[in-house]
Amino acid sequence: MVQNLDYLKETASQTAGPYVHIGLIPKQAGFDIFENNFTNILADENTRGERIIIEGRVIDGTGTPLRDALLEIWQANADGRYNNELDRQTSGKIDDDFRGWGRTGTDFDTAVYRFETIKPGVVAGRNNRDMAPHINFWIVARGINIGLNTRMYFADEADKNANDPVLNLIEQHERRKTLIATRDDSGPIPVYRFDIILQGDGETVFFDI
Amino acid sequence: MEFYQRDRTLQPAGYAPIYKTSVARSPRQSLLSLQGSLSEITGPVFGQNELGPLDNDLIRNYAKDGDPIGERIIVHGRVLDENNRPVPNTLVEFWQANAGGRYRHKKDTYLAPIDPNFGGCGRALSDENGYYFFRTIKPGPYPWRNYVNSWRPAHIHFSVFGSGFAQRLITQMYFEGDPLIKECPIVHVIPDEDAINRLIAPIDLKGSVPLDTIAYKFDIVLRGRRSTLFENRLEGN
Repeated sequence: MVQNLDYLKETASQTAGPYVHIGLIPKQAGFDIFENNFTNILADENTRGERIIIEGRVIDGTGTPLRDALLEIWQANADGRYNNELDRQTSGKIDDDFRGWGRTGTDFDTAVYRFETIKPGVVAGRNNRDMAPHINFWIVARGINIGLNTRMYFADEADKNANDPVLNLIEQHERRKTLIATRDDSGPIPVYRFDIILQGDGETVFFDI
Repeated sequence: MEFYQRDRTLQPAGYAPIYKTSVARSPRQSLLSLQGSLSEITGPVFGQNELGPLDNDLIRNYAKDGDPIGERIIVHGRVLDENNRPVPNTLVEFWQANAGGRYRHKKDTYLAPIDPNFGGCGRALSDENGYYFFRTIKPGPYPWRNYVNSWRPAHIHFSVFGSGFAQRLITQMYFEGDPLIKECPIVHVIPDEDAINRLIAPIDLKGSVPLDTIAYKFDIVLRGRRSTLFENRLEGN
């Protein structure tokens, strides 16, 4: 006999279901209840950095966009710092006007999601290898049993992307581009388009983090 | 510090044909295993000042001309990690159907009535011991189209953050003694019977308010962080 390992076990995940909006974004469910709502707007007028919009869809294995998905993003600020005490990088500064987190649902009609934020900076990766600017995504919905994690990178950062330690872990080069958002400069604020393909041709790379 | 690798034997697979909607919405390729970097070990921080005084009282937070119909209950417990340490100051959000099994949601068309005094959502921040609590009414079971005669057991949805984005979790709490639990395809996407049982909250008479509100206790366990110091350099500086 040996001693027991006394670790607890992680609670099992369950689907967020079709009515996830009630709990997390009640205005989209159709009612107003909280004084303070969490939204898809991450930056205010004082936030440092380049304003950007991220838009896209979440597409299932039949090619149909989900109209009931919920997405959250988590990102570093323009200096590449996360607004969290566990980020002990010595370069750059925390931006008190940027939490770095937001959430939204895909639209019930258009199936498009949208975030208004700033472009993040380079973040130090493991073993002193810089990570290219990126935004961490978490996707839940009816039919998704456990939240899906992925990352969005920026098409206009080709050199940094080529050296990114995470993109380089993806064995099939063709699949790396599933994480790279294209940039559209035709409007007043640059729009990055990032579709997430849950299954099949062009399936997005998801991570077990 | 980085997190322990997630134990996928306790978690549902993405593709679970008994839950039909998962078939077209689950990746076919394997997830790419990633060691933790700053992007995964950090996460958003929330403060009590972001919550309203009634946010954890679903009996009152949408009441218009009286209390909602239903059994008055308290749900309380702790947010812990795999190291059996409390997860303090973390945001816990919850949502549910009303006593008749109907959600206040523009896409819910079930014929049970909306309760004019019940919104069905709330949120709380765990305290320094990881403790959270809220008051609500017990949700009802309801039918859904998986098989034509599928019924969800009564449940409350939970969303929990933890201190790092890799701990992010959504789950559902079930109620002790509900005979629909054993029939539910969504419950049974979880491959481990003990893991299912850990989603079932027992009645907690000690937590109840006599002659007023009965309590259920529901602890939530998030992933734990490594504490051994011998490792390659995570933060790169």
